[in-house]
Amino acid sequence: MWDYSEKVKDYFFNPKNAGAVEEANAVGEVGSISCGDALRLTLKVDPETEVIQNAGFQTFGCGSAIASSSALTEIIKGMTVDDALKVTNQDIADFLEGLPPEKMHCSVMGREALQAAVANYRGEEWSDDHEEGALVCKCFAIDAVMIEETVRANGLRTVEDVTNYTKAGGGCASCHEGIEEILTKVLAEQGETFQAEPVKQPAKEAAAASAAGGMTTLQRIRRIERVIESIRPQLQADHGDVELIDVDGPTVYVKMTGACSGCQMASMTLGGIQQRLMEDLGEFIKVVPASQPQAARAGG
Amino acid sequence: MGDIYLDNNATTMVDPAVVEAMLPFFTEQFGNPSSLHSFGNQVGRALKHARRQVQELLGAEHDSEIIFTSCGTESDSTAILSALKAQPARREIITTVVEHPAVLTLCEQLEKEGYTVHRLGVDERGRLDLDEYRGLLSDQVAVVSVMWANNESGTLFPVKEMAEMASAAGVMFHTDAVQAVGKLPIDLKSTAIDMLSLSGHKLHAPKGIGVLYLRRGTRFRPLLRGGHQERGRRAGTENAASIVALGKAAEMALEHMAYENVEVRAMRDRLEQGILAVVPNAFVTGNPDDRLPNTANIAFEYIEGESILLLLNKVGIAASSGSACTSGSLEPSHVMRAMGIPYTAAHGTVRFSLSRYNTMDEIERVIEAVPPVVAQLRKLSPYWADGAPVQDPEKAFAPTYA
Repeated sequence: MWDYSEKVKDYFFNPKNAGAVEEANAVGEVGSISCGDALRLTLKVDPETEVIQNAGFQTFGCGSAIASSSALTEIIKGMTVDDALKVTNQDIADFLEGLPPEKMHCSVMGREALQAAVANYRGEEWSDDHEEGALVCKCFAIDAVMIEETVRANGLRTVEDVTNYTKAGGGCASCHEGIEEILTKVLAEQGETFQAEPVKQPAKEAAAASAAGGMTTLQRIRRIERVIESIRPQLQADHGDVELIDVDGPTVYVKMTGACSGCQMASMTLGGIQQRLMEDLGEFIKVVPASQPQAARAGG
Repeated sequence: MGDIYLDNNATTMVDPAVVEAMLPFFTEQFGNPSSLHSFGNQVGRALKHARRQVQELLGAEHDSEIIFTSCGTESDSTAILSALKAQPARREIITTVVEHPAVLTLCEQLEKEGYTVHRLGVDERGRLDLDEYRGLLSDQVAVVSVMWANNESGTLFPVKEMAEMASAAGVMFHTDAVQAVGKLPIDLKSTAIDMLSLSGHKLHAPKGIGVLYLRRGTRFRPLLRGGHQERGRRAGTENAASIVALGKAAEMALEHMAYENVEVRAMRDRLEQGILAVVPNAFVTGNPDDRLPNTANIAFEYIEGESILLLLNKVGIAASSGSACTSGSLEPSHVMRAMGIPYTAAHGTVRFSLSRYNTMDEIERVIEAVPPVVAQLRKLSPYWADGAPVQDPEKAFAPTYA
């Protein structure tokens, strides 16, 4: 079963604001029939102040769909319509203390229902521009449609390209077969053939492996730096960044900045960096955010 | 009151007698059965005994037709790939749309490699069209692979008849019988089935042990080559303790065959009848007239399976669902879709699968627990109002679909 946070469980077992709001003047209905989620959001908005006085949800869906619908109503009650529209999927997930990557689409649905309800309130048409595919990269919650579109839009050709543009495949790497399949399909549409990147340069790799044991401290740190440098472009693409702060035995201290700092995915990103470092150096490495050792030192 | 386990099609408890039988093979009798000395020798004898026990459960003519593998999936892959390798001129496979992923995913891969895969469809009760099947049999087909019993709905396929038809057309026949073995009487020697897969953990043996039955004379190419184990047909040191366990479990399954088909069936029928009598807008999926005695798959309309499971779990009842959310995919079970079950019901399917360890008391407790869970979720559902589906649900609630 899913590893749901306590808060998700609480909002599922004891949902708040279940049912339709009376005298609602904003109604949004969205759903994804195949994935079995459908949500009706009803709001009562004060026409003078545009403050959402009451919000209610009716959901056909799984545990996290019900929990995120309920969470959304809690978040937006008391907000103005304009402020409510600024609520992001990540806000909903954060409110629930995280959602499994496969379940992020549940919070997407909540946000879409909100947009639909506001459009309804304002007498506008709302159309859904969001298409969703099967989850490919579980580390970074990237689906097939997203990868396909990015490959098409940017003329990507390799798994590495896909990782640089979408982050997909940048973590545990077990989805690389799936990414190759998407590349094969999209390139075939353009009359091209997907060619796998050549197997890692054997001479260089072998030399590196044998050297790994006998590196000087300086060589080792340079190497760690090199690996981190190679990861930065991916993070920068998402307006984040990472900086090497210190190396202490097997522990590598880094600082996450920009969009990466405080991002819910930060721990996954750290895991990804750690994995890459271990693969490159051939030894056990623990990657820790720099704030932790400082706190520890101050305390100790 | 203990928790109630109704998910025996997923896996089963290892019978304590089975555990007892296997334990000595971790410690006193740890030898390699291939060794000449007394440590190995005794293990070899125990394996031989286990092979006979499995032979008896399957009604196989020879004990050498039993090949121990690591699991049902390995048996399926071995059977299908063997048929292709042994008959390189034949480039087609016949299977069904409702197979277990162990067969379906392999077939998808083979399709990418250039093989032609024919997938037989099913009707609303999960039944095959045998005329369609007959029309596909030809000297181009390397193997037919059809499950004996469906893991989700419990619906049985007429594999004995289908094997006869394949045999008449000169085509090899394999059946994934992982759900059927131990629940239905089987007598392979009186059938035309060439290969059959079974999995230990579905019949109260441990996980990590399976069997491929291979009819004597069926052309075969091993998946794993190496040592001479399993007469060279499945190399790798034998999983001795688990093989002994599977032998014991097979013996016990045979002893309990009547119980399974009378008592377990009665509990299953009571469960279904008890729930359907109280819960509106619910129905049994699959073919109620021809299915496993232990499986009840009930679709609860307008609510979603994962939510049902979470609430049932909270009151100590374990079951499973064909909803998309339980598996992490975006689509509900391929079995439910193949039967044309509407999405609003397919997502609300719950599978209760019983075993001989369940009691009628437990069943009564489940019958008590289910209706409030369904009612609670329907109260939240936009398709439901005032104790009934909203008038014309498709129109009354028409979300913009992503």
